Amino acid sequence: MFVIKYRKIFYAFSVILFAVSFYGIFTYGLKLGIDFNGGVIVDMNYTTAPDTTKINPALEKLNIGDYSLRASGTNDVILRTKNLTDAERNDVIAALSLGGETPTVKTFDAVGPILGAELQKKSMYSVAMVLLAIVLFITFAFRHVSKPVSSWKYGIVAVVALFHDVLIPIGFFAFLGHFYGIEVDSLFVTAVLVVLGFSVHDTIVVFDRTRENLKLNETAKPKKDFEQIVGDSVSQTFIRSINTSLTVLIALLVLYFTGPATTKDFSLALLVGIVAGTYSSIFIGSPLLVTLEKIRKNK
Amino acid sequence: MNKIRVWAIILIISGAFIGYFTYSTEYGQTLGNFPFKFGLDLSGGTHLVYQANVSNIPAKDIDSSMQALRDTIERRVNIFGVSEPIVQVEKGSLNGVTLHELIVELPGVTDLNKAIAQIGSTPILEFRLEKLEAKNLEITSTSNITLDQIYQPSVITGKDLARADVAFDPTTSAPQVSLTFNAEGAAKFADVTKNNIGKALAIILDGSPISTPVIRDQITDGKAVINGNFTPQQAQELVRNLNYGALPVPIELIGSQSIGASLGSDALKASMAAGIMSFIIIAIFLILWYRLPGLIAVIALAVYTVLNLAIFKLIPVTLTSAGLAGFILSIGMAVDANILIFERMKEEMRRGHGQEMAMKEGFHRAWLSIRDSNLSSIITALILYYFATSSLIKGFALVFLIGVLTSMFTAITVSRTLLFAISPKVGKRFSRFMFSNGFSSGYTLEDKNTSKK
Repeated sequence: MFVIKYRKIFYAFSVILFAVSFYGIFTYGLKLGIDFNGGVIVDMNYTTAPDTTKINPALEKLNIGDYSLRASGTNDVILRTKNLTDAERNDVIAALSLGGETPTVKTFDAVGPILGAELQKKSMYSVAMVLLAIVLFITFAFRHVSKPVSSWKYGIVAVVALFHDVLIPIGFFAFLGHFYGIEVDSLFVTAVLVVLGFSVHDTIVVFDRTRENLKLNETAKPKKDFEQIVGDSVSQTFIRSINTSLTVLIALLVLYFTGPATTKDFSLALLVGIVAGTYSSIFIGSPLLVTLEKIRKNK
Repeated sequence: MNKIRVWAIILIISGAFIGYFTYSTEYGQTLGNFPFKFGLDLSGGTHLVYQANVSNIPAKDIDSSMQALRDTIERRVNIFGVSEPIVQVEKGSLNGVTLHELIVELPGVTDLNKAIAQIGSTPILEFRLEKLEAKNLEITSTSNITLDQIYQPSVITGKDLARADVAFDPTTSAPQVSLTFNAEGAAKFADVTKNNIGKALAIILDGSPISTPVIRDQITDGKAVINGNFTPQQAQELVRNLNYGALPVPIELIGSQSIGASLGSDALKASMAAGIMSFIIIAIFLILWYRLPGLIAVIALAVYTVLNLAIFKLIPVTLTSAGLAGFILSIGMAVDANILIFERMKEEMRRGHGQEMAMKEGFHRAWLSIRDSNLSSIITALILYYFATSSLIKGFALVFLIGVLTSMFTAITVSRTLLFAISPKVGKRFSRFMFSNGFSSGYTLEDKNTSKK
């Protein structure tokens, strides 16, 4: 079917996306927020309880990136921000005065990150383990269809599709960080993990159909060739893949437009990741199988 | 056939029952003692400040010890990975002296004493060497000798401990606690034992020495045994506390406050509104595209939602705005199993099978897909849960795992039972329409031929 026939076009498109994402990540890097870098914590004391709804918009306008403002005790306010320059510090105190009178600063301390270097490293190890486990699982689950493409190759293709799905939202946010100053926090990490889980789920459904058709083909007459079988599998699962992603995207769009402000970036990351995931399951995963088989045949 | 219909009714009633339970156990409702636990961004909580005593730690090790302290306390507070606390190291200065503090914010905790007790029961493990002068000190029962006069700190601290186990003395069968140091700790231990033969090495727990063996030999295997006249229960409790993490640095509570939500009640309302709206839109889509099976899918989805929420209540899982977003997402994903089945059914019907046959075949063939794709998601969630140390990732992995398991369950039980229960007689034109989907009218070419006869 057309997905397989024109696979070179789809590969080219993905390679371009890959390259652009790589470029974004390596030149601009992700803009890491206070969850990764640490920042400052400020405890302000007022004589009467302040009105945080007035202070929040003023703080937003200052463009100091991610912050968290919380009422504490009866008349206090705890503010967490990134490390502030002196000028920014004065601006912040001015903004905090909008809720009542000028507060007195009780403490103004440096605070460590929640996802510091050590935790980041450990988290990356666990993701690497997940990738390895997926390859092993797919190799095992697809062990009965080792011809013409051996089952571990299915695993490798799935992981390549995974990389694709995870890299594109990261690259997207690298650009967003550079041009719009959007910071990446621990929610972003969660979003990337969700894309991971979803992408695997999706890819396996398509592969499963290939597996079934290969089995059927063993007793069929006339026997179809591998390219034909994969093509049929893709067209058979096409509607299902689109519909599933559609329901998820509906949920995400609703979340993006009507949900709370904190999850806006989260839903954006997920939207990009899941669109990339659906694209890779249909247009990259299966065609790659065909390419692998052709390479093997030409050896 | 009737048995299935009975099951279907039972399932729907149980679903409604669970839904009622979830709703009515919120605060202010009839059974309001089982409310949802919300994270710090959606509800308030407690803000605790601990002062860390770093006087015994060399300056270059202070940062890494504070990090180890942070990790240990977070593990303690978040045993199942569901509480979403915030634990941070804070460096302040007072009159030129740098203070090292630890901030612990616990969402939804109203019982301050329970929280403090849990953190406080983390043992402080120290290893100190006997000072030379101390050998000559006279210790009578009335003298007030402090620990510092007898012992000086050694380079080994609680953070060098890899694990503790209960052991039994081979000769006396008395319970002991055996300590195994990590690689760095074993090296330090070998050093200390080599250079201090003949001196006593005190193992001090929570400020009191529980064992003071004299070093006879260099110990290179990084293992030590504490004989502290333990009862078996004491040994077990000590081992458990040590394994959760012996504190590398002694801490003292210096402040506690209750704090309000950072986003306020608006965020919660917005999240709930988004959830309800996405459910409605998905339901409309499903009914329009898949017609009657779509309605079944919507009912299955409703059961899935209330079941998930009930599980969140019972464990309890702390819901943050991210957790809620993840849950809304999982509603979209839960539809997937149903869609797989329906697409399969459509195929079978196109091949000319009747509804009942198409349904059976649909389930049978879709099952392999569902099983393998959900298995891989489960493996992903499990690995993330066990190997990730940050509570953020642990929390996500758990919610994801619950979502996948529940969706498999509802797809296999609820969808299947309801579908079979309403399966109509073969061939009626209206029911074929109701069962097909997309833009087709349920007719195949063969039908057109047979109906002409």
